[in-house]
Amino acid sequence: MRPDLEIIQQWVKPGNRVLDLGCGDGTLLDFLQRERGATGFGLEINPDHITTCMGRGVSVIEQNLDTQGLGNFDDRTFDTVLMTQALQAVRRPDMVLEEMLRVGREGIVTFPNFAHWRLRWGLTLKGRMPESEALPYKWYNTPNIRLCTFRDFEALCRQKNIRIKSRRVVDGQHQNSWLARLWPNMLGEIAIYRITREET
Amino acid sequence: MPDSLPTDSVGIVTPQTLHFDAPITLACGQTLDSYDLVIETYGTLNADASNAVLICHALSGHHHAAGYHSMDERKPGWWDSCIGPGKPIDTNRFFVVSLNNLGGCHGSTGPNSVNPKTGKPYGPDFPVITVSDWVQSQALLADRLGIECWAAVVGGSLGGMQALQWSLDYPDRLRHSVVIASTPRLTAQNIAFNEVARQAITSDREFHDGRYQDFDTVPRRGLMLARMVGHITYLSDASMGEKFGRELRDQAYKFGYDAEFQVESYLRYQGERFSEMFDANTYLLMTRALDYFDPAYEYGGDLSKALEPSNCEYLVLSFSTDWRFTPARSEEMVNAMIAARKRVSYAEIDAPWGHDAFLIPTPRYTDIFTAYMDRVAREVGA
Repeated sequence: MRPDLEIIQQWVKPGNRVLDLGCGDGTLLDFLQRERGATGFGLEINPDHITTCMGRGVSVIEQNLDTQGLGNFDDRTFDTVLMTQALQAVRRPDMVLEEMLRVGREGIVTFPNFAHWRLRWGLTLKGRMPESEALPYKWYNTPNIRLCTFRDFEALCRQKNIRIKSRRVVDGQHQNSWLARLWPNMLGEIAIYRITREET
Repeated sequence: MPDSLPTDSVGIVTPQTLHFDAPITLACGQTLDSYDLVIETYGTLNADASNAVLICHALSGHHHAAGYHSMDERKPGWWDSCIGPGKPIDTNRFFVVSLNNLGGCHGSTGPNSVNPKTGKPYGPDFPVITVSDWVQSQALLADRLGIECWAAVVGGSLGGMQALQWSLDYPDRLRHSVVIASTPRLTAQNIAFNEVARQAITSDREFHDGRYQDFDTVPRRGLMLARMVGHITYLSDASMGEKFGRELRDQAYKFGYDAEFQVESYLRYQGERFSEMFDANTYLLMTRALDYFDPAYEYGGDLSKALEPSNCEYLVLSFSTDWRFTPARSEEMVNAMIAARKRVSYAEIDAPWGHDAFLIPTPRYTDIFTAYMDRVAREVGA
């Protein structure tokens, strides 16, 4: 299993109710259901992913976060709301974070770091929009319209009184690396944040 | 008529008539002392009777959902696109049961059956049947067939309402409820269209207050009009536009009021054909069953409260151009299921054919339906 998913599953308690925003083909939810006894939904807009989810027994709702939001979910419906590698693709990440912590007690968010040294390098020396393993698209066709750095994200959390319970930083292969831990905003490619509004 | 049967067809099928002697009490308070249900089955019931799927039909449907009655039959059953070997409801794995509902006009007891008390057809005296009544009769049918729990109850439109009602009335007797192109209740506009259809029938001079059989006649004109207006609501503006546009039957306007546009002659043809094979009292009954369906009604309009007893998993599907039961109506249902903490999957399928899309196999519809039913089959070991 991908190391980032390995980290995430450790943060989901057995029997938890989980909502996965942009659940893809349902790999993570399927794993959480089978291994952690979790229940819940995935939201997805990609037709092939939706079909795959249905075939493997993952409850999936076709719902677009940008146009439909999460208004159909009551406050505190879920223990954990997941969003892996999708925050940078929604129109208003700040509002999605608000909604995540309204419908769930805790959020787990992963996204690529736009301040990684290789991206800085590409922009500074080549003068071209950066591309990397975590961001493999061209500037004109990228779904990633709201890129940010780890520092940007943490500043937004502070501004919104969102508490960061844990942060793990991994490289493009989703591997732990001591370098990334040393200087995350420069050397980390992907971060996994565990956030909440609740006091400990 | 097929020259040879397609390999993915269930083949030649023969309906059976099952007689029920125990009285059934209906929502209206009346009782039917005995009644018949006509059914067809496809596939084989497995040893632990866990692979049974119930098909619920819509307004003008019946038991003949798949296959052919004979090599001379022009068209296969009404949902042949989805039922058969290798199709979404795979008859190599499932035992599929399809029936004509009570009040129907294709062999099950209904308004044109003989009332044993009078020796004459029931006609307008046949009780008004509700979706819950149908579900009750289907549960008795399941008892008869030795099916304790359906792997899935599946239906489109009015059939979807039955699939939903099953999950509320017999929560432990189905594992999955598949609700396609349906709605948790009719809107005022839906009821209004039904009322136009009923008025067309009841104002036909040949209707005779529903006792047309006594006069050896049929309100053909009324039924035709009812079907014409209904048919418009089953299609989309775009699909009608693509099929007919403003095409004329002849080259020029004739400055008269006969059927000059292709769409006019199409509707007349559909209406006429329907009026020859459908019973007027059954049409009234079916539209009323639609009007009355509203499981949330007893719960102050709160559908999620009505859903509380439910124990199954739901698949809800809607179609983008369906303006009879719009995707918004399906989403209303899905949101109530979410609020009631039920397991549900939902997709809105892009299809140009309006409400009728649930009968037409488009790639995404077929893929989703197949994937979901495959998983149901695996779950019950079929």
